[in-house]
Amino acid sequence: MQDVVSIKDNHIVLPDGSIEKQTTTLNLGPTHPATHGVFQNILEMDGERIVSAKQTIGYIHRAFEKIAERRPLYQITPLTDRMNYCSSPINNIGWHTTCEKLLKIQTPKRVDYLRVIIMELARISDHLICNSVVGVDAGAFTGFLYVMQYRELIYEIYESICGSRLTTNIGRIGGFERNFTNVTWEKLERFLKEYPKALKELDDLLLRNRIFMERTIGAGPISAERALNYGFTGPNLRAAGVDYDVRVHSPYCSYQDFDFKVPVGSTGDCYDRFLVRDQEMWQSMKIIEQAYQKIQDFKGEEAEVYHADVPDYYLPEKKDVYTKMESLIWHFKIIMGEIDMPVGEVYHCVEGGNGELGFYLISDGGRTPYRLHFRRPCFIYYQAYEELVKGAMLSDAVITMSSLNLIAGEMDS
Amino acid sequence: MTTLTDRAKPVNRKPMTFLESIYLWNIFLGMIITIKHFFKKKATVQYPEQTRSYSPVFRGVQILNRDEEGRERCTACGLCALACPAEAITMEAAERMPGEEHLYREEKYAAKYEINMLRCIFCGFCEEACPKDAIYLSETHAPPAYNRKNFIYNKKDLLIPDPVTQPEEYAQAKGLREISKKNK
Repeated sequence: MQDVVSIKDNHIVLPDGSIEKQTTTLNLGPTHPATHGVFQNILEMDGERIVSAKQTIGYIHRAFEKIAERRPLYQITPLTDRMNYCSSPINNIGWHTTCEKLLKIQTPKRVDYLRVIIMELARISDHLICNSVVGVDAGAFTGFLYVMQYRELIYEIYESICGSRLTTNIGRIGGFERNFTNVTWEKLERFLKEYPKALKELDDLLLRNRIFMERTIGAGPISAERALNYGFTGPNLRAAGVDYDVRVHSPYCSYQDFDFKVPVGSTGDCYDRFLVRDQEMWQSMKIIEQAYQKIQDFKGEEAEVYHADVPDYYLPEKKDVYTKMESLIWHFKIIMGEIDMPVGEVYHCVEGGNGELGFYLISDGGRTPYRLHFRRPCFIYYQAYEELVKGAMLSDAVITMSSLNLIAGEMDS
Repeated sequence: MTTLTDRAKPVNRKPMTFLESIYLWNIFLGMIITIKHFFKKKATVQYPEQTRSYSPVFRGVQILNRDEEGRERCTACGLCALACPAEAITMEAAERMPGEEHLYREEKYAAKYEINMLRCIFCGFCEEACPKDAIYLSETHAPPAYNRKNFIYNKKDLLIPDPVTQPEEYAQAKGLREISKKNK
C-alpha cells in the first residue's frame, strides 16, 4: 500500500487521486448559531464562494396537519401558535377567520378593529425581530437590544388580553375571549407614543449606514419574475417590486376601512427587504392609530362588544354556566366538540408576518376537519434559497437567510 | 413599473451621498445614539431581586380549587381532559362516601388527577372548559425537576391550600385571580 503522505524536497506530496474534488462541503446548520432555527444547508464551497446549497427540511416537523384532523376547531388554535412564533396572533386570528368563513359568521365592526390592532402589533413585532436580526447578522448588535423592549411591550399587551406572551392562543371563533381592559389600552397608548422614537433610532443606526448598506445591497437578490414563479408573497415579493398585499387585494377583518400604503422595492435584495419591512412597520403604526380612533368612536352598547353572537361555537359566559342548565348544556356541547360543521371547502388567507398565510380547510360535516392544509410562506421561501445564495459569499448566505425571515417552526409546521 | 393597486409606494433607495460614504462620520453618528443610551432609564429588571408583575389573566401552572369551606370543587366530569389539545390530563372519578361531605363538594370527585407538565402547553383551555371553577391557571411557573416522573403532577401538587386551616397560603396561591373573574 502506498504511503498516505510522503515528503520530497521539504514539500508534502499527496498521493495521486487523493483530492477527489476541488470544493469543500460545509454544513450550515441544523444547530448553527447563525441560522436562527433548525435549518440545515449542505453548502458546496469553493473557497468563500457558494457553489451549491442543498436544503434539508423537517427537523421540527410536528405533523400539525395530521393532528388537526383529530381536533375540534377550537383546539387547532394552539397548533397555529407554533407555526410563526414571532407573530402567533396573526396565525390565531387567521385560523379563526377561516372558521368563520366556513361557518358563515359575520363579526361586528368592533371585533374586526380589535383584531386589526392585535394583528398589526404582531406584524410590527415580527418585522422588528427580522430587521434587527438582519442588523445582528451584519455585525450591528446594538440596534437589536434597543428595540427589544418594545417587542416586550407588545408581548405585555398580548399578556393582558390572553394571559400568555409567545404562544398566545389569542381570540376565539367569533371574537376574543375577553374584552380589552384599561391596562391594555394604557399599554397601547404608551406603545403608540414611545415606539416611533425607537423605530426612528433603529432607522438612524442602520438605514443610511455605509457599512450596513454595502453589506446588504446586492446580497441575495431575486427578480420579480423569479419570485412570482417560486410563489413568493409578503414583504419578500414586495421587495422584488410586486405590490401584492392580501390586506389590499382580498380584505379580511375590515381592512378596507383603513388607509395605508404598500411599500415596494425594486431589486429584491437584502437592503430592499429591510426597507420594505421598515416602511411596513410605519404603515402598521398608522393602521393601529386609525383602528384605535375608530374604536374610541363606538358609543353605548357597541363599545362593549368583543365577540360575535355565535352560540354554537362561542362559549357561554362562566356565570351562566355555573347557574343555568341551558348554558351548561351548550358549554358541554361546545367543549366536547359535539357540534357538526357544515360540509364545505374554504381557502382563506391573511397577510402574515412574512407572507400570505393560507388555511385550506375541507369539512365533510364531521366534528373535525376532514383535511386542513396550512400554506406556510417560509416553506416557499426556503425553496428559493439556493438560487438566492448561489455564487455569493458565505456571510451573504447568513444575512440572506435572516432577511428572508425564515422561521423554522413555520417552515415545517 | 406597473402596479397592481394605487397604494404602492416605492421605498427610498437613493445612492449614498458623499457625507454618508465617509466612514468616520458614520461611526460618529452611531456613537452619538449609543452614548445617549448611557443616560436613559435602564430597561432591565433585576430578576430575582425584582420581578415584574404578571397580568391577572396570566396562564401559569394549574391549581385545583377549593370552595370557601375547603372542599374540593372538582367533580371529575372530564371536560378539562377532553378540552386539552395536548392530552396532558388524566383523571379517575370516585363516588363520595357518607361522612366525606366535608372533603368534596359534589357527590362525585376525582380520586386521581394528574397533569403531565411535559405535555402541557399552557393554553388555558382546561380553565375555560371547567364548569365548576375547579381548575385555573395561576401566576406561577412550573418549577424545574430532575426527572420525568416529577413532572407528572398529581392531586397533592395541584390542590390549593385549605382556606380554613391555611388562609394565608390560600390567599397567596389564589393571587389576583378573583379580579379577572369579575372582568370576564
